[in-house]
Amino acid sequence: MKNKTLPKQADVVIIGAGISGCSIAYNLAKQGQKNIIVIERDYLTSGATGRCGAGVRQQWATKANCILAKKSVEFFENAQAILDYDGDIEFKQEGYLVIASNDQEAKQFEKNVKLQNSLGIPSRVLTKEEAKEIVPHLNTDVVHSATFCKTDGHLNPFTMTDAYYKAAKRLGVEFFTYTTVERITRDADRIKAVHTDKGTIETSIVVNAAGGWAKEIGTMVDVEIPVFSENHEILVTEPVEKMQGPMVISFSQNIYCQQTPHGAFIMGRGDKDMPKGHDVSSSWKFLDEMSKTVTRLLPPIGELRVIRQWGGLYNMSPDHQPIIGGAKQLPGFYMACGFSGHGFMLAPMTGLLLSELILGKEPSLPMEDMALERFDGKAIRELETSVV
Amino acid sequence: MDAKNIIICRCSDVTLQDLYDLFEEGYTTFEELKRIKRVGMGPCQANTCGKMVQWEIAKYFNKPLEDVPFHNMRPFTMGVKLKAIKEAAEDEE
Repeated sequence: MKNKTLPKQADVVIIGAGISGCSIAYNLAKQGQKNIIVIERDYLTSGATGRCGAGVRQQWATKANCILAKKSVEFFENAQAILDYDGDIEFKQEGYLVIASNDQEAKQFEKNVKLQNSLGIPSRVLTKEEAKEIVPHLNTDVVHSATFCKTDGHLNPFTMTDAYYKAAKRLGVEFFTYTTVERITRDADRIKAVHTDKGTIETSIVVNAAGGWAKEIGTMVDVEIPVFSENHEILVTEPVEKMQGPMVISFSQNIYCQQTPHGAFIMGRGDKDMPKGHDVSSSWKFLDEMSKTVTRLLPPIGELRVIRQWGGLYNMSPDHQPIIGGAKQLPGFYMACGFSGHGFMLAPMTGLLLSELILGKEPSLPMEDMALERFDGKAIRELETSVV
Repeated sequence: MDAKNIIICRCSDVTLQDLYDLFEEGYTTFEELKRIKRVGMGPCQANTCGKMVQWEIAKYFNKPLEDVPFHNMRPFTMGVKLKAIKEAAEDEE
């Protein structure tokens, strides 16, 4: 991207040009905020956004995640038109098939579906035979039952972010890529400036949308954010003719696997022994475990050739739900982080809620469940268990 | 020859004109082009088009080739069946 000279002053500085930072920038500008700068260390979607599994899911176990996801899907359904995008965001709503492997998981999923239905999410419980009708190559020997939500699906992380980026730019937001934030200076009760390798910007409002590096940005202003980062690996196959509509996901078998509209299969899994940190390298162990898991659950996928593997950071919060809000101890410091692997699919609401908060408006949703303060010496109220 | 008729990336069907259009829009690095247009992301993993993309960036922006970063290469260098990886993993166990 052609970079201009960094301005000396800005009303709002957003750190991070992943989907969250771009959505926040767009939402602020759309509501009339001027003089917004987005700083990005590399290029758009270079962090977690561009490394994610490109899934959009509403089947969550906590109320906050369900509501954020549902309202975000409503936006994605109209995003192409709302953002007047000339590319294709590739939103495909062919559902998520969530596999239960045993009785205990099936019971939890029944509870989840009740919660989801009460919030207007059209998920339902399926027998394994019904699941096989939706995904014919499913190996029902390793399936107990399933849940399905037909409005879940796939969305292209690169073009969706590009759509926000272009819409924000048209509204006057300035983006500076390949620019690194080195430190942030503050007084006792306000932010003074953001210092980068390309110059210093005076500002009193900073938005931390730094994904895997959110904790480090917090440390720069002495705000402790209880998150950590962890590598989650993923691979993609050659593109083939369409053979699978929905995303197939199992928490107990540790897999998510979907066919993109382009034809390639994307699949990933976590590793409970993965050390905390910023490493995003690829491993043999992942490849071995991934190929064993996918050929067991979806045997014909074994015939497909892997063409690339990579890793990306989950920014984990203690309850696996995002932190979206301001820091009580430092007015002007806002954050959207700790998404625990699902920041991409929640971005429309992240942007809307945080922009309303920054502009002093009444937020569209109550935000207590997303506040940083929910962790202040308190036990975890509600833990999101539906995470791969 | 018309840039519209020059195929740069065979896997993802990207022409030279597509690259020019992206350059004009402000996408100037290999990593950005990859993500917006899938150039170099197909089965050959940029083994065919990689050098050409780098060269076209250099020419368009009038930069020495060595100042144009190549794309970040990731495993694999060629496609391998998931089943073959699984069988190899089980053989080792």
